[in-house]
Amino acid sequence: MEWISTLLQGLLLGGVYSLFAIGLSLVFGVMRLVNIAHGDLIVLASFTSYVVVQALGVGPLMSLVIVLPTFFLFGYLVQLLVLNRTLGDDMLPPMIVTFGLSIVIQNALFDVFTADNRKLNLGPIETASFRLGNDIAIGIYPLAVFAIAIATIVALQALFYNTKLGREFRATSDDAEAARMMGINTKRVFAVATGIGMVVIAIAGVLMGVRTTFDPFSGPVRLLFAFEAVIIGGLGSIWGTLFGGIVLGLAQAIGGQIDPQFQIMTGHIVFLVVLLLRPTGFFPKVQH
Amino acid sequence: MGAPPILELCQLDKAFGKIVIAEGIDLSVSQGEGLGIIGPNGAGKSTLFNLIAGDDRPNSGDILFDGRSINDMKPYQRSRLGIGRSYQIPQPFGKMTVFENVLTAAVFGSGTTVAEAEDRCIEILHRTGLMGEVNKPAGRLTLLQRKRLELARSLATRPRLLLLDEIAGGLTEVETQALINTIRDLRETGVTLIWIEHIVHALIATVDRLIVLNGGRIICDGKPREVIQSPEVRRIYLGVEPE
Repeated sequence: MEWISTLLQGLLLGGVYSLFAIGLSLVFGVMRLVNIAHGDLIVLASFTSYVVVQALGVGPLMSLVIVLPTFFLFGYLVQLLVLNRTLGDDMLPPMIVTFGLSIVIQNALFDVFTADNRKLNLGPIETASFRLGNDIAIGIYPLAVFAIAIATIVALQALFYNTKLGREFRATSDDAEAARMMGINTKRVFAVATGIGMVVIAIAGVLMGVRTTFDPFSGPVRLLFAFEAVIIGGLGSIWGTLFGGIVLGLAQAIGGQIDPQFQIMTGHIVFLVVLLLRPTGFFPKVQH
Repeated sequence: MGAPPILELCQLDKAFGKIVIAEGIDLSVSQGEGLGIIGPNGAGKSTLFNLIAGDDRPNSGDILFDGRSINDMKPYQRSRLGIGRSYQIPQPFGKMTVFENVLTAAVFGSGTTVAEAEDRCIEILHRTGLMGEVNKPAGRLTLLQRKRLELARSLATRPRLLLLDEIAGGLTEVETQALINTIRDLRETGVTLIWIEHIVHALIATVDRLIVLNGGRIICDGKPREVIQSPEVRRIYLGVEPE
């Protein structure tokens, strides 16, 4: 029973990791941009929510009303004004720019908030759970986060396959040059994709900020988990990120059950094994 | 030439570093005209298309479409204006079906809704001989089908000026003949055509006028059969020394 409980916790933890990974996967899938600042942006979202909560006295979930549009606009403008200028055949320039963005975000947050740990408080719901039988308890908050991850994927899938914007995303992702000749303004498409990626980042940042503490330098670890989930799931595949997140979450939970010190290490080992055996992940959508 | 020009290139220059690709190109194409372009590899033919479609910018000179300068327009704006193009190496949206490829071009290139575009797409797929492949992912098409899809997609953008870049290259004689018939039918709809091709007989069968590019310059311009008979063209392009 203890093991079933562990596996369930791992599964639900996978929901968080897939939320981390979706934004990274979306931006990579549409414009082949590896966003090194991804983890720092998640932390920036947590801090933005923290500021809104402090300033307006609302709860973290209500803060999303302000955080989500702010992050969409931020992503749209960063892509339009900065990253679009670096995109081309070479993947390195945009990567270096996002690396710079990562350093700027970390140091700016450190300057304003110091290195103290912070957390977003949601109240008793954070620790509430319900029981399945006598031995298994399922946390309501982790379950809700998992459900939000699935809802986000379903929404993005619908956006991709049932809307005009989604058709622009898919055409641009396939061949940006040909898409331009079909009348598609690919620079605007990139900006909207980054804006949507940022919305997912903001959701992940706020939900994670409730679950665990954060400080200005917790971004790189979040980037690593996101990156691992994306690679395990397969580059560019949105459903693959859920799978990758779950594999990572399960690996960490199982490792933690064997020995708490092995928790993070087990996730990395599984990632390395997948990288060795299936370098393109389980459900790759991007070919090179 | 009674019809007004749809495209005018005025003293167009383009160089990549020290390599000159276009030098002082002056060219006027009338509405409804069919123009063929030949020239040896590296003569600057595809670059000329890149300049017209907006994929490259000229170093100097002006490009006029319908009498308006389009120099500062982006490729997607030129597409919406009525300039359609196919690529030498077909660039289909490989993960989309054939129908989705054409629909995407129709919706974004001509600014119609999906519902309005669907009937037109079916008509274009009929005309380009792709009706049997509508649900196939474009990445799985044969070379001929890919070339046809390039044509279908550029037609779906409702072009008034159609740029075809070596669309018959790599096809068998029978396939080429089928493509020629399709393009001749197209010309009857009034679309202006500029066709770069190495298969000279395909051009002669289709276009009204032929130009020869060499070293970034137009060295000959006239009726297709006369141009091909020109001693200079035979020497430069066909490698035949005049007697």
